[in-house]
Amino acid sequence: MPKHPDDLALTPQTEGGFVWRSRLEPGRLTAFARIIQDEGGQLLALWGADDRHLGRNFTVHVAFLSSVGLIWTTSELDGDQPAYPDLAHIFPQADRMQRAAFDLLGIRAQDGVDGRAWLRHAAWVEDAFPLRKDFPARAACRSPRPETEPYPFIRVEGEGVHEIAVGPIHAATIEPGHFRFSVIGDRILRLEERLGYTHKGTEKRFEGLDLATGAKLAGRVSGDSHTAFAWAYCMAVETATACSVPDRAIWLRALFLEMERVANHLGDLGFLGNDVALTFGFVQFWRLKEDWMRLSARLFGHRYLFDMLLPGGVATDIDARGKADLDALCKRIAGEVQTLRHIYDEHTGLQDRFANTGIVAPDMAARLGLTGLAGRASSQAWDARVQFPCAPYDRLDVNMALQKSGDVLARAEVRFTEVFESLRLIRLLLEQLPAGALHAPCTQAAGVCEGLGWVEGWRGPVIVAVRIDADGRLDRVHPHDPSWQNWPLVEVGVLGNIVPDFPLINKSFNLSYSGPDL
Amino acid sequence: MATFLILQQILKTGSVSEPAPEADPALRTREQALHADILKVFGQAVAIRHVDAGSCNGCELEIHALNGPHYNIEGMGVKFVASPRHADLLLVTGPVTRNMEIALKRAFEAVPEPKWVVAMGDCGCTGGMFGENYATCGKVSSVIPVDVEVPGCPPTPVALLQGILAAVSGGRRDAEG
Ligand code: SF4
Repeated sequence: MPKHPDDLALTPQTEGGFVWRSRLEPGRLTAFARIIQDEGGQLLALWGADDRHLGRNFTVHVAFLSSVGLIWTTSELDGDQPAYPDLAHIFPQADRMQRAAFDLLGIRAQDGVDGRAWLRHAAWVEDAFPLRKDFPARAACRSPRPETEPYPFIRVEGEGVHEIAVGPIHAATIEPGHFRFSVIGDRILRLEERLGYTHKGTEKRFEGLDLATGAKLAGRVSGDSHTAFAWAYCMAVETATACSVPDRAIWLRALFLEMERVANHLGDLGFLGNDVALTFGFVQFWRLKEDWMRLSARLFGHRYLFDMLLPGGVATDIDARGKADLDALCKRIAGEVQTLRHIYDEHTGLQDRFANTGIVAPDMAARLGLTGLAGRASSQAWDARVQFPCAPYDRLDVNMALQKSGDVLARAEVRFTEVFESLRLIRLLLEQLPAGALHAPCTQAAGVCEGLGWVEGWRGPVIVAVRIDADGRLDRVHPHDPSWQNWPLVEVGVLGNIVPDFPLINKSFNLSYSGPDL
Repeated sequence: MATFLILQQILKTGSVSEPAPEADPALRTREQALHADILKVFGQAVAIRHVDAGSCNGCELEIHALNGPHYNIEGMGVKFVASPRHADLLLVTGPVTRNMEIALKRAFEAVPEPKWVVAMGDCGCTGGMFGENYATCGKVSSVIPVDVEVPGCPPTPVALLQGILAAVSGGRRDAEG
């Protein structure tokens, strides 16, 4: 039992793990959040659930990051107008999560400053709450809806200030979202994001699914982080059902997760070159990425390694020849990326555009909860693989990439460092891959059970919380993408920059829309 | 220094572009009102506007890959453009969310006639794993007319290219057949 500066009972979710569970009266949430903040922790996720069918009321759940790992608090709310204390005044990143929890469940953060809807644009009516159990799982698309609903953006007034509205459809092949810039000339005075366009009812879709299908859906919360979500989901299910996964399967999961990190980082490094008119960089990195995808497809049957994970293990294996091929490609790519890094380093035009652009200073990053790779580029030294390693990372001694300038350059540097580290880890994983089974059966627990999985995806910490009903089907699943807390920092990073640098800054974060839109 | 290193790397890399795949007419969902004079207008070139109507972003990864050096799509006269008004073909990904329904319809209307619509991925073709619910309308064809559906989760760049070629070569097949 760790010594935590409160009298709370923290129950470890698993023996020797880093996830702790606590039941907390809503009245104590604020004080607890302050304790976490005082010790330098963060709020990672906040979501709600309708527990009325279990003889309880609504609940609000928070995942806090602290020195002992992840603390998952659950607070039961009373009455017909369920509410909990606003946490956004302590952790501003909670704001959008609280608004989404209201849109979906009708549970309200008391005294929250921003009462605007977040995920509910006009797709359903204000007094309907889709994640309530009495809301039909298959409500027809054509059910009555308001045609459009106004969304009051915050306006900046003053001489020479004008607004530029972009999206939801963008000029480039990226996901949809709306950006409202207030500018003077080309300078950005303010950016306000409006997201939620890809909200597709994913959490509702989970309800009633069997555990294996749930893994597939989890992997499609944000396709670029397929393994991260599928693993966090499986970890949650395995914890809930006390299923013990064979070593070989766990090592293969880490192999897939690191392969996913390499693929995404290579693509981003290419795009970052492209955004400063170095097409050469795009061509080179995307050539390497394509080689990587093709080997993934040849070895495992899917370019993005979709559906390789299932509760209890993995669905695929690697043989000696596959190991040799992957090892050889890692070696070649490490060499080529070294050359390309040298070119990026030497290219004054690129360095000029990368440095001092899109800065999120470390103190701002800490205050607003910037996480994952973008966080590490702004001195936020958190990486679950390093500080709270689940197997097999506890055996791998991962090195954390860390930068402090918080600009586009720092985010590129973190990616370079992480590509090399992941390639090293992949080669180690291949070399030490234990023999044995690929999966173990996940047998149904007696009664309703819950679990939470936490994985350091390429973008940052991915969390999936799961409740399984007495029949062994999914009752409530909340997948949390780190883009939730990082999107508001894009608003900060662009301040004082020029509009033409927005694509570069945005790409340097490369956040998911689908992940937080759910 | 950087210039020298770049040149050295370009020489070392050589060309990685590959020949184009064949069009896959099996992907067509309806006979197209396309004939030789339309093709005369477009020639072989086709301008594509992509709209993400609610995808998980997996399909977008393959659109990016298709724009990479292995596929040389511009060499085949296929290019992605920034505005639907400059497009011949709308490439739509995802189950169509209700929050994107209006934007998708508007983009469709903005593409000048004659136009093609290609629905990409299992989600675009059928609603995929997300299906239809309070927040999504499912497949693309439930919101706008679709010419070609390219299944896959996500479809590979080659499959996607075959679908695009199937859409734009519809008229030619008529002319030949
Ligand atoms: S088809 Fe697959 S990859 Fe494409 S949007 Fe749907 S789930 Fe994602």
